[in-house]
Amino acid sequence: MSALPSAAIGLTIDDAHIKARSVVETRQDAFFRALLFAAATLVLLILGAAAASMLWGGRLAFETFGWKFIVNDEWDAVGHQFGAFVPIYGTLVSSAIAMVIAIPVSFGIALFLTEIAPTWLRGPVGAAIELLAGIPSIIYGMWGLFSFVPFMAAYVLPWVDLHLGAVPWIGPLFRGPPLGIGMLTAGIVLGIMVIPFISSVMRDVFRTVPASLKESAYALGSTTWEVVWNVVLPYTRSAVVGGIFLGLGRALGETMAVTFVLGNAHQLSESLLMPGNSIAATIANEFTEADSDIYLSALIALGFLLFVVTFIVLAIARLMLYNLARKEGH
Amino acid sequence: MKRLFGSRFRALRSSAALTASLLLAQAVVATELTGAGSTFVYPLLSQWSSDYRDATGNKINYQSIGSGGGIAQIKAATVDFGATDKPLPPDELAQFGLAQFPIVIGGVVPVVNIDGVAPGQLRLDGDTVARIYLGQITQWNDPAIAALNPGLKLGAGAISVVHRSDGSGTTFNFVNYLGKVSNDWHTKVGEGTSVQWPVGVGGKGNEGVAAYVKQIKNSIGYVELEYALKTGMSFTQLQNRAGNFVVPSLESFEAAAASANWSVAKDFSLVITDAPGANAWPITASVFVIVYRQPKDPVRSKAAFDFFRWALEKGQARAKELNYVALPAPLVKSIESYWASEIK
Repeated sequence: MSALPSAAIGLTIDDAHIKARSVVETRQDAFFRALLFAAATLVLLILGAAAASMLWGGRLAFETFGWKFIVNDEWDAVGHQFGAFVPIYGTLVSSAIAMVIAIPVSFGIALFLTEIAPTWLRGPVGAAIELLAGIPSIIYGMWGLFSFVPFMAAYVLPWVDLHLGAVPWIGPLFRGPPLGIGMLTAGIVLGIMVIPFISSVMRDVFRTVPASLKESAYALGSTTWEVVWNVVLPYTRSAVVGGIFLGLGRALGETMAVTFVLGNAHQLSESLLMPGNSIAATIANEFTEADSDIYLSALIALGFLLFVVTFIVLAIARLMLYNLARKEGH
Repeated sequence: MKRLFGSRFRALRSSAALTASLLLAQAVVATELTGAGSTFVYPLLSQWSSDYRDATGNKINYQSIGSGGGIAQIKAATVDFGATDKPLPPDELAQFGLAQFPIVIGGVVPVVNIDGVAPGQLRLDGDTVARIYLGQITQWNDPAIAALNPGLKLGAGAISVVHRSDGSGTTFNFVNYLGKVSNDWHTKVGEGTSVQWPVGVGGKGNEGVAAYVKQIKNSIGYVELEYALKTGMSFTQLQNRAGNFVVPSLESFEAAAASANWSVAKDFSLVITDAPGANAWPITASVFVIVYRQPKDPVRSKAAFDFFRWALEKGQARAKELNYVALPAPLVKSIESYWASEIK
């Protein structure tokens, strides 16, 4: 009997204690949640504000040229006629070439580093890739211009023109004088630039595949290729695609390196050997000396279109991933 | 972006003004002037600014943001002076209450990369250059080029045209010249700091054009004299208005500046390409300084004109070292009388 009240008192003390703690913790939780929410919305807010301010800055160009701004291939600062087709086309094509090169190479690098390379080699090569990612793009541009362009002009492009240029269907893409600068060179330099980004993401996610899964597959008699293709890739697919997005985003927006080797000519050409232009390169080249309101507005409108292009490309990629996942029943 | 720079300039200005007024009390004036604009004149202005600081203790802070940017900054009154390669027309100057005068002369030089052609060997005239840049002459063995070069045998190489990809005063002076000598160019392309090039590839900056011309066989480009000399490229001769073939040099630039008819140009608004002198280089260019006619701050304005006077009188020798051309003496005189009559 006498033990009961004290136990009851003990209970109430504990109760109050728990209550007090839970009030504080609820408040802390709420605060933390609000903080995280704010951090996430800040990204959306900045993105929205950047897009809106560019749309506002480019309103003069959009109002003046309307939809024609996107499909017109003329870019005449003297006659005040601006169309974004050439830069949009150049951005997409140079990024596509970059992806064609970067994705398989990055996949190979990541595969080698996680599955095949001896342990002592993994550290140094991995560190080298991360260092590559840190090289400023102007360095790639200067290397491209002073070393890679002469190499392309002297050895690669004459061969491409002679052999690939004669192939039916794709031939016209590879015909032209071996200037060295142009869409193909820009795409290759871009590809080299984004390889470190894609391959380091791929390597990191390949490492997360549980050893037991891989070992089971090996135990069933799979080759390394079968393990990678049927176990590692399906397990890491969304992260791998995320890494590719990262590289693609960088390729679409790359400015300096592209400016050096692309040729910066507002001319539409079906040949990849001919110079072209990209959205980011056009803005970087012409912003300082844009001497009329409509010119400046057209350049800012280009910036907005880069946003739109990037968004559409990434949305398509997401959609493809989603369809793929649904087909496999995930 | 512009606004951000603007406010920073304003802050700099006001703090410099504050320092100046504080120091004024002790009869020591050390002003920091700010200017912005032409990239063409930047190497010279930064050299001048360090010479001037050694001589007087006053600092000049020059931002080479491009002529278009310089004009925008001076119109917004965020800098003490703007510098531009393309003169503003008098009515635009009047509208914003601005005054304009040349500060130094330079020149644009065609350069080629043809096997066996030495610097100064190839002769061209304005019309031929215009037709090359219009894409009408596509081979180096074109009869028009052969007619200008009787002693020189050129093979059948397809011409690769190189131009600037960024907007620039160099381009402005080059295409201004082409427009003066070729009607076709005038109507089809026109003039501006960047134009719609009918053919060719674009290099970024003088370095970019020089690099492209060096790497592409049978190419032609245009750069400032400094780059043509420094990189040892094959510059061409050009036939001037008097009909003579001239080699690009400080002397032929000087001849062009001296023969240009400055007296008819209100506010010195004159592009001196295609100058009439017998030895004048046809693509000679001047850099202009733009200031306010009625300065808001007399102390800073006086400091600015002290600097310009120093630059015109003492700084021109330094200009020569950097392959710019000194203004001819009569022009310096008329600039100083322009200051006396136009600047309050």
